[in-house]
Amino acid sequence: MPLTTEQESRHLEKRHRKARFFAIFCAAITWSSVLLLAVLLYQVSIEGFRWLDWQFISSFPSRFPERAGIKSALVGTIWLISLVALISIPVGVSTALYLEEFAGKGKISKIIEVNVANLAGVPSIVYGILGLAIFVRFFALERSLISGALTMSLLILPVIIIASREAIKTVPQGIRNAAYSLGATKWQTTWAHVLPASFPGIMTGVILALSRSIGETAPLIMIGAMTFVAFLPEGPMDSFTAMPIQIYNWVSRPQEEFHELAAAGIIVLLAVLLAMNATAIFIRNRTERRMK
Amino acid sequence: MSQFPDSTLAEQNLQMSKKSVLELRNVNIFYSDNQAVNDVSFNIRRNKITAIIGPSGCGKSTLLRSLNRMNDFVDGARVEGELIFSNENLYGKEVDPVEVRRRIGMVFQKPNPFPKSIYNNISWGPLINGYNGSTDELVERSLKQAALWEEVKDRLHESALNLSGGQQQRLCIARALAMEPEVLLMDEPCSALDPISTARIEDLLFELKSSYTIVIVTHNMQQAARISDYTAFMEMGDLIEFNVTKKIFTRPAMKRTEEYVTGRFG
Ligand SMILES: Nc1ncnc2c1ncn2[C@@H]1O[C@H](COP(=O)(O)OP(=O)(O)OP(=O)(O)O)[C@@H](O)[C@H]1O
Ligand SMILES: [Mg+2]
Repeated sequence: MPLTTEQESRHLEKRHRKARFFAIFCAAITWSSVLLLAVLLYQVSIEGFRWLDWQFISSFPSRFPERAGIKSALVGTIWLISLVALISIPVGVSTALYLEEFAGKGKISKIIEVNVANLAGVPSIVYGILGLAIFVRFFALERSLISGALTMSLLILPVIIIASREAIKTVPQGIRNAAYSLGATKWQTTWAHVLPASFPGIMTGVILALSRSIGETAPLIMIGAMTFVAFLPEGPMDSFTAMPIQIYNWVSRPQEEFHELAAAGIIVLLAVLLAMNATAIFIRNRTERRMK
Repeated sequence: MSQFPDSTLAEQNLQMSKKSVLELRNVNIFYSDNQAVNDVSFNIRRNKITAIIGPSGCGKSTLLRSLNRMNDFVDGARVEGELIFSNENLYGKEVDPVEVRRRIGMVFQKPNPFPKSIYNNISWGPLINGYNGSTDELVERSLKQAALWEEVKDRLHESALNLSGGQQQRLCIARALAMEPEVLLMDEPCSALDPISTARIEDLLFELKSSYTIVIVTHNMQQAARISDYTAFMEMGDLIEFNVTKKIFTRPAMKRTEEYVTGRFG
């Protein structure tokens, strides 16, 4: 007897065809978005490559394109991102831990959950207005790095909280039970087992959130980051500029050279973004491997 | 004592309570509004193995979890009645559940090693509870007790997740033993294991009996008959019968028990 009848094999053939079609469909979509990104990069490179040299990276902005550079914006962005990471990661992860592990499943957690999810969808300019009112004016932090970092942290907190909660949810209950049955307190269980086990997932959320904040312009303009800064910030209270603002500024000038400078700025911005993500992914994979 | 008309019975009772580690008195357990365990009373004797048997859903796991307050983590679970352990009600107001779980350990149905090294799996519990002896010795001793040492002694620092299911379960037993609990609760510890691993764990329980008190939930009648000294038979949340294992399996008092243990269960 043959393994399958003719009718069965025809049916099987059809199912295989469906699977193949779906695989090709997905691959096509993936590659088209990669292609789009490649075209964008190509375009930007062509335009900006000419300007991309050490002089560009190590110079302050200037009225003369050949003397202008991105130094203050680059340093400002690095400052900003570091502060945002320092503020948003501990706050976001603690919030997620609290909501998942300690708060219980009552009405209040439900309300908080819905609110956080909605906050993730609020336009960034609204956070800018909030930051202006609260940090710049009310707390009188002025148009400083710390105002920018706090505003930006508010903006990305929902993303970090939601991603961290999802990561914490995936930790098997068995691990918690094991810890409790050994006489561990809730805190010991959370700190020694739940947090490490959800770390890779939390890192993914943090990477996404920080990547978003590095490119955000609107809230920074709102709280009044400057567009022409010819000095480097030395502390969180100093005024600053950031790369997206510098790029925006260059793009909005009439001269063609400045548009090319903007392209060069975009390349630097992407490089910083890539470096940051690579570091985070490296850390994540190392801890992931350690846990296996 | 006066409430006992027959003095020998009173004496017997006293004798019994000396030998028992845990006394369940009218234990009722609820999940929100549903009652899962109805008015269960029996004693768990020191250095004996007590088996809890009964059809699926009759409340065995629920009852077992109440013995070390693991039900605290189940939403809506509520325990009423008294569970006397070292002259104290486990559910008394002054009792710290963390302390209860430190002294009454648990092995779960599904092996649940921490995603850490074999060594750290064993040492973590004692370390957070203030153990300050040699962890190397502790790890070796616990793994030997759980009959796992020979298989893993050369890879103590590898991840516990690389072990086979049976090895993982023995690791979980070793981890529980490292705490030197007074009572060890086991919820179907062999249900995910092959006959060889099961036999090893049964042998192990036999050896552990001299120094530990064990309560084991099992679906396997032969296993209960082989390893336990006392057996509690439950059905739909009721304790139908509690007695010496031999009695339960040869001359049970209740018809339901007989039907269940002989497999003529409706
Ligand atoms: N977390 C829970 N919430 C609500 N009801 C529960 C919960 N856990 C168990 N129950 C109910 O309590 C009853 C007893 O469940 P339990 O898990 O103790 O049974 P069991 O005897 O261990 O069964 P099995 O042999 O299948 O493991 C069942 O009716 C079950 O539906
Ligand atoms: Mg069960």
